Order: sequence, then structure tokens, then C-alpha cells
Amino acid sequence: MLTDITTVIWKEAREFITVRPGLRGGWTGLLIILAVFGILIPLQEGIGWLQAPTTIFIWAWLPFILVNSVVADAFAGERERHTLETLLASRLSDLAILIGKICSAIIYGWGITLVGVLVGLVTVNISNWNGEAIFFPPLIGAAVFFLSFLVAWLAAGLGVIVSLRAGSVRQAQQTLSVAFLVLFVPLLLLPLLPENLRVTVQSAFVGVDLGQVVYMAAGVLVVIDILLLAIASRRFKRAELILAGD
Amino acid sequence: MTANAIITDQLSRDFGRIKALDRLSIQVPVGSVFGFLGPNGAGKTTTIRLLLGLLEPTQGTAMVLGQDIREAAECIRVDCGALLEHNGIYERLSAENNLEFYGRVWRIPAQERQARIRELLTNLDLWDRRKEAVGKWSRGMKQKLAMARALFHRPRLLFLDEPTAGLDPSAAAKLRDDLEKLVQFEGVTVFLNTHNLAEAERLCQLIGIIRKGELVGLGSPTELRAQAGKPRLTITGKNFSSQVISDLQTRPEVLSVDKHNTRLSIQLEEMIETAPLVSMLVSAGAQVEEVTKSQSSLEEVFLTLVNEDRGSTEKTDVN
Repeated sequence: MLTDITTVIWKEAREFITVRPGLRGGWTGLLIILAVFGILIPLQEGIGWLQAPTTIFIWAWLPFILVNSVVADAFAGERERHTLETLLASRLSDLAILIGKICSAIIYGWGITLVGVLVGLVTVNISNWNGEAIFFPPLIGAAVFFLSFLVAWLAAGLGVIVSLRAGSVRQAQQTLSVAFLVLFVPLLLLPLLPENLRVTVQSAFVGVDLGQVVYMAAGVLVVIDILLLAIASRRFKRAELILAGD
Repeated sequence: MTANAIITDQLSRDFGRIKALDRLSIQVPVGSVFGFLGPNGAGKTTTIRLLLGLLEPTQGTAMVLGQDIREAAECIRVDCGALLEHNGIYERLSAENNLEFYGRVWRIPAQERQARIRELLTNLDLWDRRKEAVGKWSRGMKQKLAMARALFHRPRLLFLDEPTAGLDPSAAAKLRDDLEKLVQFEGVTVFLNTHNLAEAERLCQLIGIIRKGELVGLGSPTELRAQAGKPRLTITGKNFSSQVISDLQTRPEVLSVDKHNTRLSIQLEEMIETAPLVSMLVSAGAQVEEVTKSQSSLEEVFLTLVNEDRGSTEKTDVN
């Protein structure tokens, strides 16, 4: 099973990293993300970029965006390019194909996020060098590491479920955009709330233990991620995957 | 080892109210080429999908390589190769990476994989272009690569859906030669969906003709011609008057008469002595130069069988 999963990951990696269409555009997009989150913002924020709790939210949000940009292609893309049926006619098991696709998306989104985190760490250290290396506080560092992974998994699971039955990549992307809006726009709109309402919302979090929040968020994400994996596994029916394109 | 690579019994598949495959019962011996002929939408692709366990049958059973398609689809796929309706080539990848991927899928060890890639691509004259992304290749080249992929793991049973579509005549001929060798020397069984009747006649020991999901003919090319085809008498000469043609048409052993320039084509009810017909023509003043008696071609048999109920409503294309 593990060999089969790595085979699928090998193929996906070749497809969406090594030889993505519009290679230059794809890499340029990634370089811009790394420049913004790894250099520009850390330069502006300084040590706060490593130590403020808000950094957890930013690094947890990024893999969602990154995974979203590739995961729609997982099954809808194969269907659109007429490669899905041949893949399904191979000896690979349902689970190997499914987990291979999910892992590929996670590795892509989480991997780039971690590179961004490291670049940010180096940037802050270089710009604020006083003879001693500065690191994330352990809780924030661990939260960034694990929550970004769980969010990448969430996006990959959700994306694969949508992509399984979508008639085209565009259709899958549109559905995922709606999911993104539902999940994240309320948080992004928070600063735009009227002053009194915003103070009320913020005061609800004053005094809350950051550790508890991180553990709770991780717990909720683990449950949702496992649930998404189970749903994806149930929805993976070879016959329906083939006929969805007919 | 079972004597039949494929056995289906009343195998059926419905899509809502449409019967894509209706009680198909066939047996394909190991080491033979089975040709499945039928017009578009007849149920050929659905049959391959069912036999590979990609679709569940609505009713009936099928055993492929001794295993039930309902219970052991994954095991069946291990021993099968497939070139389906679409070639399934990853166009963003190079030819080498396409084969490398499917070599890994079939868990072929790295060294053997490399050797097999070289062997297949060299054999298909694609070795020099192995590093190119396949997307820019011609349809024929992609089809050759897809064939190489289907054969990569040396399957015991090969499903081919229009394998020579898009190939130039010499590439198609080479593919047919390779298929013949594969069957002859490696004992591979081939399930071949094709529209190419000459190809079917040359390669297949057994042919099934399907129309609207129903098997309407089954047998060797010779048997099919004998069962469904009518003998034909072709007479070349001059002075075939309209009177003699209408006299011929009244004879009970004659089904139809067509005149094209200096050639008279007479469809007969059965294989009979043709001397009386020829002497009748000569007596009526015809100058006969050549007389040929032949069986119907497979194409004529095919057209007869698939057009039997021309008047009925066209069925929706579900495959």
C-alpha cells in the first residue's frame, strides 16, 4: 500500500511541480508568496512575526490557499484529460489512489508553507541580529507546524471530495472557492466590524489561554480531517468516477 | 489455468432505462484474439469496463482469468493490460515518465523497468524522443506509447479499444504483427474492440457482433460468413439486357441482382450450382468473360447483422 501511495505521489509531483503548465507562472506565483510571507512581512513586523499569536493564524491560512490551488485537479483534471479511466483500470487500490492524491496536495501546500516559515525565520534573524539566534516560542512554533499540516489536510480532503465528482477542474475550483469564502471571509471581515462590536468579539478572547486554543483547534481539525477522509473514501466508487465524465 | 480467459453468462448492464448490455454470454479461450464488433453505442466499451471491474453488472456473471468480476476486480486488474477508448497518456509528462509511472504501478523493479522502457520505446521508434513532453506528439505516436504502456507489465489478458485508431497504415500493420506475435509466442489473450473489419478478420479467431447491447453474431470469421452471409456470384462481361436481369430476379435461388458497368453481382440464397444461371445468360445473348463465386465478406455479414432492425428507434449512446 505504501509503495502504491508513493507511486501516486511520484506521478502527481511530476505533474504539478516539475512540469506544471505555465511553469514559469506557477513558480513565479510561489516565489511571490515566499517573498511576501517569508521576507516582506517579516521585515515589517520584526521579532513580532515570530512571537505574536497572530502568526499562527497566518501560517495556518496559507496552506489552505496553496492546496486549494492544486487539489481541484486531483480527479477532475484526470477526468478532463481522459487519464482517469486508465488509472482506475490499473492494479492500484482505491485507497492508494485516494491517499496518494490527498498526500500529494498536503505535501505541496504544507511543504511550501514550511519553506515560507523557514525563510521568515532567517529574515527576522538577519534583520534583527544581535549576536543571538531568535526562534519561535515553543508553543507558537509547534502550533504553526501542526496546525498548518492539519489545515493542509483539511483543504486536501475537502478538495478531493469536490474533485471526485466534478465534471471539470473549473467546476471544482468554483465549488472550492465558495468553501474558502464560507470558512475564511468572516475572519477577514473582523477588522471591518463597527468598533463596539469588534471590541466585544476581541474581549471574548482576552484572558483565553493560547495553549488551550491551539489544542482545541488541533482537536477540532483532527476530527474534521478524519471525517473528510472517511467521506472521500466512501465516495470513491470507480463506476461513478468514470460515469461522471460520460 | 482455466481454458477460458473470459466467461460471461447473461452479463447485463442498464443505465436507467437504457440497456447498454443485454445478457451477453461468451467464452474467450486463453491465447486467442476475440474481436468485438459493433456500431458506436452498441455496448463494446461498457463490456470492457464490466470485465475490468470498473462497472458493476446489473445482472449476470463474468469470470475473467478464473476470477469473479464482482468479487475479485482488483486481482483481475493485476493481470490485465488495457488500452481504452482514450489513450490515457499523461500529456504533461515525457514518454519515459509515462512508462516509468505505470512500471512503478505494476511494481516492476527499477532495473527491469529501465530495460523494459528502453526495449518498448526502441521497438516503437520512440526512444530518441523519450524525454519530450507527450502533449506535442501526433495522435499516432501517443497511441503507440499507450500500447507500450498496456504491454509494459506483460499482462496475461489485454483489453484493446480501437488500438489502431489514429495510426498510419504502416504503424497499424506493425501493431497487428506485434499482436499476432504476442498471442503466438507469449500466449496472451486479447479482447479487441474494433470497427476495422479487415483487422478483425486477420487477427481474430473468434468474433462477437453486438448491436444495441445484444450479441447478434458469434463465431470464427468463417462461421459467421457461413451463418449470416450469403454467397455471391460475380459475372464480368457484356450485353446484360434488362430482360435477362429481370428474368434472373424471378428465380428462387436469386436474392438480388446489381449491375455495375460490365459487372453483374448476384446475391444467392445458398451455395448452389451456378452453371444453369450462366448458361441462361449466354442463351439470352450475354458475352461472359469471367465468373467468380464467393462467400460474403465479414463486412457484409456485419452490415447484415447490425442493420437487421433498421426501422427501430436509435438507442442513446451510453458508452
